Amino acid sequence: MSEQSAPGADGSGRPSGRLLEVDDLRVEFRTRDGVAKVINGVTYHVDAGETLAVLGESGSGKSVTAQTIMGILDTPPGFVTGGQVRFHGKDMLKMSAEQRRRIRGEGIAMIFQDSLSALNPVFTVGFQIAEQFRIRRGLSRADAKKRAIEMLDQVKIPNAKGRFSNYPHQFSGGMRQRAMIAMSLALDPEVLIADEPTTALDVTVQAQIMDLLGELQRERQMGMILITHDLGVVADVADRIAVMYAGRIVEEADVYDLYGKPAHPYTLGLLNSIPRMDEKGQELRTIKGLPPNLMNIPSGCAFNPRCPMAQPVCREKVPPLLQLGSGRASACHFAEELVNRD
Amino acid sequence: MTENIIEVRDLVKHYPVTRGIVFKKTIGHVKAVDGVSFDLKAGETLGVVGESGCGKSTLARVLMNLEKPTAGQVLYKGQDISKLSGGALRRLRRQIQLVMQDPYTSLNPRMTVGDLIGEPFEIHPEVAPKGSRRGKVKELLDLVGLNPEHINRYPHQFSGGQRQRIGIARALALRPEVIVCDEPVSALDVSIQAQVMNLLEQLQSEFGLSYVFIAHDLSVVRHLSDRVAVMYLGKMVEVGTEDEIYERPTHPYTQALLSAVPVPDPTLRESKAIIRLQGDVPSPISPPSGCRFRTRCWKAQDLCAQEVPLLQIRPGSDHPSACHFAEKREIVATHPAA
Ligand SMILES: Nc1ncnc2c1ncn2[C@@H]1O[C@H](COP(=O)(O)OP(=O)(O)OP(=O)(O)O)[C@@H](O)[C@H]1O
Ligand SMILES: Nc1ncnc2c1ncn2[C@@H]1O[C@H](COP(=O)(O)OP(=O)(O)OP(=O)(O)O)[C@@H](O)[C@H]1O
Ligand code: SF4
Ligand code: SF4
Ligand SMILES: [Mg+2]
Ligand SMILES: [Mg+2]
Repeated sequence: MSEQSAPGADGSGRPSGRLLEVDDLRVEFRTRDGVAKVINGVTYHVDAGETLAVLGESGSGKSVTAQTIMGILDTPPGFVTGGQVRFHGKDMLKMSAEQRRRIRGEGIAMIFQDSLSALNPVFTVGFQIAEQFRIRRGLSRADAKKRAIEMLDQVKIPNAKGRFSNYPHQFSGGMRQRAMIAMSLALDPEVLIADEPTTALDVTVQAQIMDLLGELQRERQMGMILITHDLGVVADVADRIAVMYAGRIVEEADVYDLYGKPAHPYTLGLLNSIPRMDEKGQELRTIKGLPPNLMNIPSGCAFNPRCPMAQPVCREKVPPLLQLGSGRASACHFAEELVNRD
Repeated sequence: MTENIIEVRDLVKHYPVTRGIVFKKTIGHVKAVDGVSFDLKAGETLGVVGESGCGKSTLARVLMNLEKPTAGQVLYKGQDISKLSGGALRRLRRQIQLVMQDPYTSLNPRMTVGDLIGEPFEIHPEVAPKGSRRGKVKELLDLVGLNPEHINRYPHQFSGGQRQRIGIARALALRPEVIVCDEPVSALDVSIQAQVMNLLEQLQSEFGLSYVFIAHDLSVVRHLSDRVAVMYLGKMVEVGTEDEIYERPTHPYTQALLSAVPVPDPTLRESKAIIRLQGDVPSPISPPSGCRFRTRCWKAQDLCAQEVPLLQIRPGSDHPSACHFAEKREIVATHPAA
């Protein structure tokens, strides 16, 4: 594997605000069918108050990276085989289970895609939020309940007091997602990882939830990692974007640069595939072929069998993620050509 | 004028809600589809959009004659499909086919691709005599962009997008006139979604198919549809050409829906005005009186609680809308900077 340069970790950023850094992370799943190399050198970071969107197709490793950050990787079969995950500069992968547990919730919290399975069906929603205040903050039962109702109120659950003793199944999908947000924000985390927080929801509800998340983030100056494959949502809320393909970051850029002038053929292909409201009737330009088999990743650039720009060198050399200046980076041998074309 | 291939008239489908195990007592009805009328012309694509639970899949099942309507009719070339039997019913079953949402569960995992796509021939042997079937299946695989050599593989050996192609090949086997697509691309990644959408368009122009295309993604629907129907809580609230719905929507719900669609262009962030809806969709068991949208509508008046707004053309508009106060409103989402 070639050397990778960590975008933003080169001293140019705002060191005081740097909260979380994933550095050349590698994860594999050892299964009966073989070894799947799922994360192959992922590098990204998030600062206080900013939203990093992690974009990529199903199976590209977005959630596994998040699970590794949270320390909830399914081991076995999943194993970290390299790299670091630094929180305030300290590698969490080297911490004791107790140290990590303390960071979870207060330092870094996560919202899961599927709120129904993430909430415990046998306890009331209010109880699940209140428990965190009792266990982690040592509040009395009455005080914990009061704080939990405040949280439900903050995420705009109507009649929060009355809803406190409802079970998850008594909430609509949108309300459950809000309850999940309340639960993950209860301990005032510095970093929030939102893994597809609105994928299961209707657009009008999605708009409400994204608004709410943005508002709470600004108030608290949280760093947010928004994992999604929805290019529309990303354009609305992200500050920076990291695009994943086959377990690597293939492009990282400011949201305007990425949409305006993608520096990787995969990003360009994704943007071209979206049916746009204003381009009716034209054939969609697709990315040909299928995502790679992670047990047998193509040599050189993993995208080469699908890439319209591929050259012989692409099958031989893995393109490193290189800075292109102005805070953007691309892992393509021909990135310069791509950004400099008009 | 092009002929109507399907006419839907005042269609109603209610599901009883029961309590008790031995002595079931009906305590109410889910009004899944509650008075829907529309036409489908030969060769056209009618898009149906609306939020989860508004009755889209129920409508699809009744159109397919998989369920009987509680009231109203579905006419196929002028004949009421729920009254067909024997040979006429079998012919109908050939002419209207369904492609379902979930490419992961809608195919029997124990059947090979060849058996899956060839299965319709078992029921309709007149379409392909026994000896010719394998050849026909291979043709179909080729048509939808799959390798004909993979005829003996099982569904789990294919990706989601490929499985959706298998579903499409199966729907095409009997050379139908109409295909009802219930969220055929919702479970797919954008790059794969685009491949399947292109395939659907290509097949339509090749075979003159008519599509009822159900989806909750408004940009996908716009891309494929000639006309679009917007549903809310079992009712159709607005119907029009793709242009009328996306450029000149008059129903507040359509306007809110369009405004909430995330636009993949960060430079529009500031100029986009999203209409924020209050609250959740009410229960279809006891929908609000009058206009069903009134509990979330910012324009609601007393009249809205008293009178059901009919789906009709009102002054100042060129297409039917079910709002007492229908009026045009520009939605930025559909007008990205050129
Ligand atoms: N517990 C597990 N055992 C084996 N393989 C796994 C496990 N969890 C994930 N994987 C594999 O790791 C790869 C990356 O999965 P991941 O969930 O990170 O994808 P993702 O980018 O989040 O995709 P999606 O958009 O579908 O959520 C996939 O190929 C997946 O099959
Ligand atoms: N067999 C049934 N028995 C009882 N209620 C049903 C049945 N099928 C559907 N419903 C109810 O009818 C309503 C409409 O459901 P339907 O599946 O048609 O919605 P949809 O628009 O397809 O939603 P989605 O976008 O989530 O697929 C829902 O409230 C649903 O719970
Ligand atoms: S390195 Fe080669 S194959 Fe990979 S994205 Fe760039 S041009 Fe395409
Ligand atoms: S009829 Fe009234 S409540 Fe219904 S959409 Fe129109 S203004 Fe709103
Ligand atoms: Mg995931
Ligand atoms: Mg449905």
